[in-house]
Amino acid sequence: MAKVALSSIAKSFGATKVLDGIDLDIADGEFLTLVGPSGCGKSTLIRIIAGLEHQDAGSLAIGGSRVDHLRPHERRVAMVFQSYALYPHMSVGANIALPLTMARLRLWQRLPLLRLLSAERRAVMRGIESDVAAVAAQLQLGHLLDRKPAQLSGGQRQRVALGRAMVRNPDVFLMDEPLSNLDAKLRVHMRTELAELHKRLGTTFIYVTHDQVEAMTMSDRVAMMDSGAILQLGTPSQLYEKPASLKVAQFIGSPAINLLPATVAEGGRVELFGRPLALSVPLEPGQAVTLGLRSEALSLVQGEPGGGRAWFSARLRRKENLGSEYVLHFDLAGRDATGVTMRATPAVAAGVNEAAEVTLGFEEAAAHVFAAAGDRVEPRGQGAATASVVPLRAGA
Amino acid sequence: MTDLVLPAPVTPVRSALRRFLSLVLIHGVLIAGAVFMLAPFVWMLVTSIKPPAEIFNAEISLWPKQFYGLQNYGFAMEKAPLLRFALNGVILCGGILIVQLLVAIPCAYALAKLSFPGRNALFVLVLLGLCIPVQVPAMPLYIALAQLGLLNTYFAMMVPFFLSVFAIFLFRQFFRSFPDDIINAARLDGMSEFEIVWRIVTPSAWPAIAAFSVFSAVAHWNDLYWPLIVISDARLAPPPLGMMFFADAETGSNYGALTAAATILTAPLVIAFLVARRRFIDGITVTGVK
Repeated sequence: MAKVALSSIAKSFGATKVLDGIDLDIADGEFLTLVGPSGCGKSTLIRIIAGLEHQDAGSLAIGGSRVDHLRPHERRVAMVFQSYALYPHMSVGANIALPLTMARLRLWQRLPLLRLLSAERRAVMRGIESDVAAVAAQLQLGHLLDRKPAQLSGGQRQRVALGRAMVRNPDVFLMDEPLSNLDAKLRVHMRTELAELHKRLGTTFIYVTHDQVEAMTMSDRVAMMDSGAILQLGTPSQLYEKPASLKVAQFIGSPAINLLPATVAEGGRVELFGRPLALSVPLEPGQAVTLGLRSEALSLVQGEPGGGRAWFSARLRRKENLGSEYVLHFDLAGRDATGVTMRATPAVAAGVNEAAEVTLGFEEAAAHVFAAAGDRVEPRGQGAATASVVPLRAGA
Repeated sequence: MTDLVLPAPVTPVRSALRRFLSLVLIHGVLIAGAVFMLAPFVWMLVTSIKPPAEIFNAEISLWPKQFYGLQNYGFAMEKAPLLRFALNGVILCGGILIVQLLVAIPCAYALAKLSFPGRNALFVLVLLGLCIPVQVPAMPLYIALAQLGLLNTYFAMMVPFFLSVFAIFLFRQFFRSFPDDIINAARLDGMSEFEIVWRIVTPSAWPAIAAFSVFSAVAHWNDLYWPLIVISDARLAPPPLGMMFFADAETGSNYGALTAAATILTAPLVIAFLVARRRFIDGITVTGVK
């Protein structure tokens, strides 16, 4: 168990800057997820932590001591790869045992023939076997130890890869998109298993994914990356409820956040579709801003609602049935916004007809305001209020 | 669907006929090629069981009127140390192959998977090496071996072939498709690069190794040129050189005995190929080399 500290890590491949001065402190026992679109540098960052890649600048400490000069296996980290990276010609048992044989046997004790001369080897191998058996039992792999990786299903291979990482008892687990090769159902299942494994082991986990659902569901904290920089670091709910920029808001959350073009009028009041809202922001009048509204912040309203609730009219394009709820897709007739989505209970959804013109309302306090450059703008006099905003469930 | 008008209605009979004809054509060409390749070999086998009178007979017959195999094979076995030649061939091919693999596999791994400055230039040099025939360095090698007093040794026969550029090229192509993640996992598990080569990468390269082994063994089993230069002692002669000594000294124009000896000396190769045929074909298809 150890904390991990990255300071101003930078890396370029040729002329392409992949990481641009990353600072990140990961607490002991934390589950931290690096999330971002492909090519954002998250995989390079985790490979630098593992020691498989060397940073151009900056330093890295694990457990309080610098590890920049250490080779991968000396860093006491274990990694699970997207492709599982199991040794194809070795049995499951040999795969899991390999890190231990490397650590506990000397070179000559691992050589063919020569190893037969070692009396000590047998005792060491017995110890390794019992450790492997213990890990295999935890992961329900006991009956598969003699199989070859090619004979296993995707989920089983995933667990073998986990076992190979666990058996070393590492200070830090590194996981590079470990679930992306699994089918959807198994992925959901493994999410729970991984979260429980983390709770049980209490080890630091650094997890890389491009799937925001994985990031939201498993992590203690999430670092959202883009173009080699960390855009926002915080708990999943901080990222969801207070996205620091337009990019974070767009990436986190499903269905994606609704973005509506708005402008700043006299006195910093935000104007949506020509109607002034109660919201006011510390920006010069005339500037364009973007209003971000989560799909659950919208609700159907009758007439003109008052009391801090704004509204606009829309036309239903499509209903998406998710079973427990519906996602309603609306067109904003005659406006240049692409459309909005709203979550609704089946009862509310049943009340809306296709192509029907409706009025959608939202709590102004639930709206996120982003300046033209994409940064979040806190509305005036609402700093405290927005921090405690609880997303409203439409119709609920 | 029924009212669709097909441009040219193909009746079942016609399509079956066309398929049959194309099969006949393809197999005809393949059979002709096989006959062309096999004919000398078959002729050798037939000659080895014919009496001298029939060998020089003007008419072509695929089976002798008088079976003379025992005499021919007996004479060859008795007069020439064929087993000794075969053993020399095995030592020669085995020694060359082992050193070739020991050298070429780590080289190929470095060229395929390690990144270091000058890697591509080195690979170009390897490719250039493919273009140099063994005759070019023959003189300097001979002089060096003679100066060192190493002529007439197994070592002299093997040394020019220890470094196989072709093997480096073949294994590099094969290793390039080996997943980087597995190599990285091995590094994290604490393996050195040499252990990665021998314990992780090599076991996956069996098809390529089998294919290369066949190429190498065939080439050096049948090589006459280099042994002829460095070997004058008949006890060290590999099969082709042994055949030459045998033809000169003992048999003159006894073609029955000569072909019997040739049959005995090619048999190990043919048997080895038949045993490893599946792997050999795998290796060629995987590496895309022929």
